[in-house]
Amino acid sequence: MNSDTSALALILTADPTLLAIVRLSLLVSLSAVAVAALIGLPLGALIALTRFRGREGVIVLLNALMGLPPVVVGLAVYLLLSRSGPLGSLGLLFTPSAMIVAQTILVTPIIAALARQTIEDLWTEYRDELTAMNVGPLARVATLIWDGRFSLVVALLAGFGRAAAEVGAIIIVGGNIEGFTRTMTTAIALETSKGDLPLAIGLGVVLIAIVIVVNAFAWMLRRAGERLAS
Amino acid sequence: MRAPPSDLPIRFDDVTVSAGAVTVLDRVSLSIHAGAPTILIGPNGSGKTTLLRLAMGLIPPSLGRVTWDGVAQVPPIKRAIVFQRPVMLRRSAAGNIRYALAAAHIPKEQHDARIMELMALVGLLDLAFRPARRLSGGEQQRLALARALARDPTVLFLDEPTASLDPASTKAVEDIVRAIAARGIKVVMATHDLGEARRLAGDVVFLHRGRVVETGDARTFFQSPQTGEAKTFIAGELLL
Repeated sequence: MNSDTSALALILTADPTLLAIVRLSLLVSLSAVAVAALIGLPLGALIALTRFRGREGVIVLLNALMGLPPVVVGLAVYLLLSRSGPLGSLGLLFTPSAMIVAQTILVTPIIAALARQTIEDLWTEYRDELTAMNVGPLARVATLIWDGRFSLVVALLAGFGRAAAEVGAIIIVGGNIEGFTRTMTTAIALETSKGDLPLAIGLGVVLIAIVIVVNAFAWMLRRAGERLAS
Repeated sequence: MRAPPSDLPIRFDDVTVSAGAVTVLDRVSLSIHAGAPTILIGPNGSGKTTLLRLAMGLIPPSLGRVTWDGVAQVPPIKRAIVFQRPVMLRRSAAGNIRYALAAAHIPKEQHDARIMELMALVGLLDLAFRPARRLSGGEQQRLALARALARDPTVLFLDEPTASLDPASTKAVEDIVRAIAARGIKVVMATHDLGEARRLAGDVVFLHRGRVVETGDARTFFQSPQTGEAKTFIAGELLL
């Protein structure tokens, strides 16, 4: 049996090892996107709606942080969480929590930067109406996030894409421990280096399928929502 | 500070608005009182929109003072405005009115009845659940009127509400404006359409190049204008 058919067999038989890895990967990436959304959406809105000294510098920095090298983030989180680091007492290193922290740091600038642009464009359109309706600052943010929700989904998808495909940060802070911190990307890297191509290919196929399914679902959700609301 | 029960009269005392080196409004002194609609007329660029935005409190004067019932800096609680190109929020027609009601802190249990009443007033009951941004230009303009009325204003500013509408839609909007004025709401409307000004005005403020050239009762203004600029404008000649 060649590598391709072995990979297919792993998927079709719902191999428990494969499923455990997929489950952990989704848990880590979706958790990171959720936390990053909670930070990034309000942060993007805040930058979009306020004027302060150095604002343009903050926008340039935020845009630049979208290209943060994962291994550098992994190293920074490792230093923070290592036993001698400032947060070492939390005992998070080589746990899924550490991986979520690292991916959150990678994803937050992407969501915040894209949200900032979306919300700023919408604010330009809505400013006069909301000001005339005497809408307060918090209600403005809520309105802009809600009315921009279909565009903001793209920001969340970009964040999920980054998290799902990322390997450099989580392999450093997670340690790629079998059955505990091994995700699809870290397993693909390991199995490829070991020469176990069927599992690596199987995981690769599943990873790509998940990204396509998530994007297709979000696209359908967006189209349906736009038909109803805009 | 509590808002006064009505924002009228609105007084402009020697108000100038500048945008860079350009003077958009030049030492305007004016009072807007309760009563029949006040129509701001004048050619494009005469300062009508800026005057409305000042009166609404959306922009501050560069010089001079604007007061609402004698008070400066009154939040726009009793005032509402319909812009020339109103922006519909990304929700249904009824959802747009519901949003305005919530923004005006109208109790939730009153929302449904108020939405029905306002949609009926502007003739959009059948379209209540259609996405607002899919309505035609005339329908959006009528919805914007209903949304503005949701605030229960004592003064309603209208910035060329029929500028891009066909005659049928224009008539629909003008009928609503008359109905609004009949309810005792002060209407202050900008237009460069002389016919519309004649049909709706109780009194007129004529602007040209950022200055108030003439004010007064509409009939007197149209029958015997006092200035050469007003005569030229009323005659339908080009006023440069």
